[in-house]
Amino acid sequence: MTSEGAAFERRSTAPVMAPVRARKLAKVPFVELAEGRLQGVVSSGSDVERVYVSSITAAEHGLSCNTNNNRPCGGLGGGSRPCNHLKALLEAALAQYGVQRVARYLKVEPPSGETDLWPALHPVAAPQRAAEVFSSFLRHLAYLEVPPTTDPLPDLQWFPATSQAVR
Amino acid sequence: MLADALRSRPAGFGEVLAVADGLDDALVHGLARLDDDRAAALEAVAAAFGSSPLAGRAADAIGKIVAGTVTDEHLAALAGCRVALLGAAHDALIAQFDAAAGRARDPRPAPPGPAEPGHLTAGSRSWLRELALAGWRGVDHELAAGGAPAVRALLAEPTGRRLAVLLDGFGAELRSAAPVATLPRVPVRRWADLWTRALVLSQDGLPAEPSAPAEGRLLILGADLHEHPTVFRCQVHALLETGAGVRLVRTSVAAAKVDTISGPSAWRMLSAFPILLGALAEHRSVEVAGMTLTAAGDLIWDESRARPGEPADPFTTARVLLAEAVASSTAPLDRHPAAIAEPVLLEGGGFEVDTERLPAAGPLTPELVAAADAVLGLLRFDGERWVVQPLAVRATVRKKPVVAHAGDWALGPTDAKAAKAEAAAGGAVEVLRERAGRLLRK
Repeated sequence: MTSEGAAFERRSTAPVMAPVRARKLAKVPFVELAEGRLQGVVSSGSDVERVYVSSITAAEHGLSCNTNNNRPCGGLGGGSRPCNHLKALLEAALAQYGVQRVARYLKVEPPSGETDLWPALHPVAAPQRAAEVFSSFLRHLAYLEVPPTTDPLPDLQWFPATSQAVR
Repeated sequence: MLADALRSRPAGFGEVLAVADGLDDALVHGLARLDDDRAAALEAVAAAFGSSPLAGRAADAIGKIVAGTVTDEHLAALAGCRVALLGAAHDALIAQFDAAAGRARDPRPAPPGPAEPGHLTAGSRSWLRELALAGWRGVDHELAAGGAPAVRALLAEPTGRRLAVLLDGFGAELRSAAPVATLPRVPVRRWADLWTRALVLSQDGLPAEPSAPAEGRLLILGADLHEHPTVFRCQVHALLETGAGVRLVRTSVAAAKVDTISGPSAWRMLSAFPILLGALAEHRSVEVAGMTLTAAGDLIWDESRARPGEPADPFTTARVLLAEAVASSTAPLDRHPAAIAEPVLLEGGGFEVDTERLPAAGPLTPELVAAADAVLGLLRFDGERWVVQPLAVRATVRKKPVVAHAGDWALGPTDAKAAKAEAAAGGAVEVLRERAGRLLRK
């Protein structure tokens, strides 16, 4: 038996993705890095039927925030200063993915040790993307409606459950 | 000792993997941009099939790919070559293990006819073709996300589930790594493995798995947990005691989930299987009758055909019955070194213990494993060496005996601190279900 083992490149179970970190979901039930945006959904503080759909584009840092009924967020007001929803969104993303992955996606290089990304961003106003982000959230929720399966799923040997402490 | 008997590699093993590595390297920069070295590596794959039944198709497909014509048919042949290479490596390792461990294994039965052709796999094939052409280094955000429509279509069909789960895990990984061009290192074999398996599963008319009804007492050895952002799966390794003898079997329950549901609270997604989860948490046997057992050794779990049985200690089960248990042969298309997971009981060490496969959803920790004097686990082959993945350990901690099993928390953590953390994190499931209930059906 070799003591070293093979290189990362030649391992079938080479770890690629750090597991998502646990975080509280009540305020920001959904956040993702997708479609060229950090985007997600922020629960309204006052109305359980209402959510805010917020996003920051990857390279230009274009901000948008609207309700799920397409009303503009009063806090953002079409400007480039983040509203509380966008602040909560970025905070949730950092908690979930870690600062490195979020910074890489938003194409910024914060000083090492920096845990807040706002100083590194130069936000501008962006066209709203509420409909796309909201349907992405609905697709995300739809996973909870997929029935469990007893299929042997042999390919999951490539996806061991790991401890969140690792990596 | 088993470890000593497995120190050497089977004859030709390194050569076979070297040929597969050449194919994998071609996928790094993509089949659309093959330089002379990579073209030569692909031609070596064709040459390796020189006198086999695959020789004609391999030479033809690889010749066309090198010449710049990459069709679905050529890619299917290329994937077939890779399955055959890794499958041969798998067979040699299993033969070596069986001889060393004295494990009896049934040969593979003759295959039944092909299954019904699928109708949903064209989207998957087209994404996999784009990936092969661009190569891993060419994967940007858009290409990484390109498999999503295929996943959605497949998830809607029970027969599409296996491919959907694989594509979704693969896609999530590519999305997290994109743009791959700037990534310091690429998991070359892993992504070639996932690509190959997905491509094979995307073909029409794959052979159906033979199966027969089974009845007897199911004695659990342990739980192997699998997870990616949208799935949590508990695969139980067990012995099935029937009138005809003792068989090594696996049974699997899996739930769809989202990335923010993880760790111990993921068990909540499997609440549809109280008998199996209860048997894991309470260390009980299960009486099964009329459940389907496949030729590959997978018992298709069915709660309505299971009855909770007497308490049964997995370590005792392994000590008394594992040596005489008969194993099954892996389905032909699933043969791969990374698919090897052979239950073993080790009471004296000998193997490197894999501490990467200790799930957050169970009580096993690197500290417990380090203090273990007995490990009930799965012998695996990854990274060119044999390692043991613990499913249960018996250890002495502060002069007190401790026993921990990976499935101990199936009904919730038994440790007070972990239970508190689970109660907080478990709120995630409730929050999302509430949101889904309010927003999804409008």
